[in-house]
Amino acid sequence: MAGKTLYDKIWDAHVVHTDAASGESLLYIDLHLIHEVTTPQAFAGLKAAGRTVRRPDLTLATPDHNTPTENQAAGLAGVKDPEARNQLETLMRNVADAGIEIFPMGDIRNGIVHVIGPEQGRTQPGMTIVCGDSHTSTHGAFGALAHGIGTSEVEHVLATQTLRARKMQNMAIEVSGRLAPGVTAKDLALHIIAKIGTAGGTGCVMEYRGEAIRALTMEGRMTLCNLSIEGGARAGLVAPDETTFAYMKGRPSAPKGGAWDVAESYWRTLFTDEDAVFDHVVEIRGEDVEPTVTWGTSPEMGIPLSGIIPKPEDFADPVKAAACERALAYMGLEGGKPIAGTPVQRVFIGSCTNSRIEDLRAAAEVAKGGKVAEGVRAMVVPGSGLVRAQAEEEGLDAIFLEAGFEWREPGCSMCLGMNPDILAPGERCASTSNRNFEGRQGRGGRTHLMSPALAARAAIHGVIG
Amino acid sequence: MKAFTQLTGTAAALLEKGKPMSNIDTDMIIPKQFLKTTERTGLSKGLFYELKTLADGSPNPDFVLNKPEFAKAGILIAGENFGCGSSREHAPWALADQGISVIIAPSFADIFHNNCYKNGILPVRLPVDVCETLAKQAGGANHVFIVDLESQSVTAPDGEVYKFDVDPGRKSNLIQGLDEIGASLQAEADISDFEKTRKLATPWLEPAR
Repeated sequence: MAGKTLYDKIWDAHVVHTDAASGESLLYIDLHLIHEVTTPQAFAGLKAAGRTVRRPDLTLATPDHNTPTENQAAGLAGVKDPEARNQLETLMRNVADAGIEIFPMGDIRNGIVHVIGPEQGRTQPGMTIVCGDSHTSTHGAFGALAHGIGTSEVEHVLATQTLRARKMQNMAIEVSGRLAPGVTAKDLALHIIAKIGTAGGTGCVMEYRGEAIRALTMEGRMTLCNLSIEGGARAGLVAPDETTFAYMKGRPSAPKGGAWDVAESYWRTLFTDEDAVFDHVVEIRGEDVEPTVTWGTSPEMGIPLSGIIPKPEDFADPVKAAACERALAYMGLEGGKPIAGTPVQRVFIGSCTNSRIEDLRAAAEVAKGGKVAEGVRAMVVPGSGLVRAQAEEEGLDAIFLEAGFEWREPGCSMCLGMNPDILAPGERCASTSNRNFEGRQGRGGRTHLMSPALAARAAIHGVIG
Repeated sequence: MKAFTQLTGTAAALLEKGKPMSNIDTDMIIPKQFLKTTERTGLSKGLFYELKTLADGSPNPDFVLNKPEFAKAGILIAGENFGCGSSREHAPWALADQGISVIIAPSFADIFHNNCYKNGILPVRLPVDVCETLAKQAGGANHVFIVDLESQSVTAPDGEVYKFDVDPGRKSNLIQGLDEIGASLQAEADISDFEKTRKLATPWLEPAR
């Protein structure tokens, strides 16, 4: 019998039962993360059916999507948008009723749901983690099976602490060798998505493997796993190793003392067996990855920074050619021209993809001593209150402010523009976020995805490059 | 959850250069400003908002669902990877609120596909060329399609019948309109047993408080 993949092992350890007729399993959920946007209807559904939250102790809440990134000390009263305020108040009420822990807005532990889980040590290897947010794949960096779910599933998990699930396929993303200096996990992720397409991983769990992955820091692995969903895979995984354990040790919710030792010995069994077979294998040479940016309106529309914007006629597939034409028109770009040198008006450094301390350090290193170009508005939004505090301790806020960046309070912010941080029609933004869809950052807004260092460079130079 | 068995009705096709449009993401299906609700209903106002309105907020006369002959379409035809992106269930809620209960496309993104079943919407996977053929026949009022889940078939206005695959478990749940939470709670003993074993095997996962 062939060995098991890491995904197989975590799956097998969490199956409560499998219905022989339907093939559907009940999968036990170790950690359910919740936020204000995708939960109100779930709590209302529970209440209407007279049901309760089965394991409030395995549930953690944080408001993040709607929260303003200024003046959070004013609390909910300071949230100007009445609909956003209502949603935030509803979350506070629901978690109070159910006895669920929350890091409310203004609490130093508050922040983007996929930043705070790892930061607190809640995210641990071998766990199953779900959240009503597609970027839950982030937590896979620890070797946890983590993925986004819909609100009906949120309700199901609240009521039963299980998810109705079907086993997905195994996909290996093998990255050999090393990434060149200056090439980040973000570049690697955009490179992979450009290669496999936004549906490349549909139906699969992606396990990132190989020397280049082992060399990534935990924050790099989080960025990579975060973007698995943009390659179509609900979940990404990296097997835990010394880097993982070193990152986790001492975090508030990480096991302590003897419990750590027991846990660690279990975590060390979480790897793909040598004789395991993947359903799909994608091979990438680390050396081939260049700093990468997107030119279009899908995360798969990525090219090297040194590359040329494609033309519709470059695509043999008529559907892809039509998509290229539409994207060029939306983005206000001309095919056949270099992407470098494209002027930007806005810069956004933040989001669950790139708002951790290493991201801010990389951006600050570029920003240091420079000035944000005239006509450019640049924002830095840390992923959590603790990231913000750490950055301030290191003096990064001073570097950003001195260079003319805005230094904001934590939240999802302009990644999806649910709060007041949005692009105006036609504005072009160098963004460290995860989606460049039409209208994502504001109607008519034009998003170019890239790493924190490249975004900071765009701020200083006023152009991509 | 809401049941789905059969639909007899008209179809609207989302086209780009005359072909079913691919990679329609959930931000396109319902943009962020409509996610601030705490209700599941009334979301059709945000459905395809940026496609159906012009920059000044007035209706875009060229958008298919704004044309009177397609306004009541119960079937949507689109291209590959429909529903990619955000996990927002507001996307199927908005489609359901519009009266759409079948989406025909060559492929769907995983989370959206799952969310459809929870809301009485049947996602039908058919090959690209079939989707193109069906899109051409989506002509409004007199062009009636029949989608039948029991027999797993789509009957086009020209009488041609196309069979589709569907997971048997999902099929039976959707036909019954199964209360999934209620059904899962029937496994209470299994869940409790699992929790007891889990507490012994991975005690560090039990919160200290």
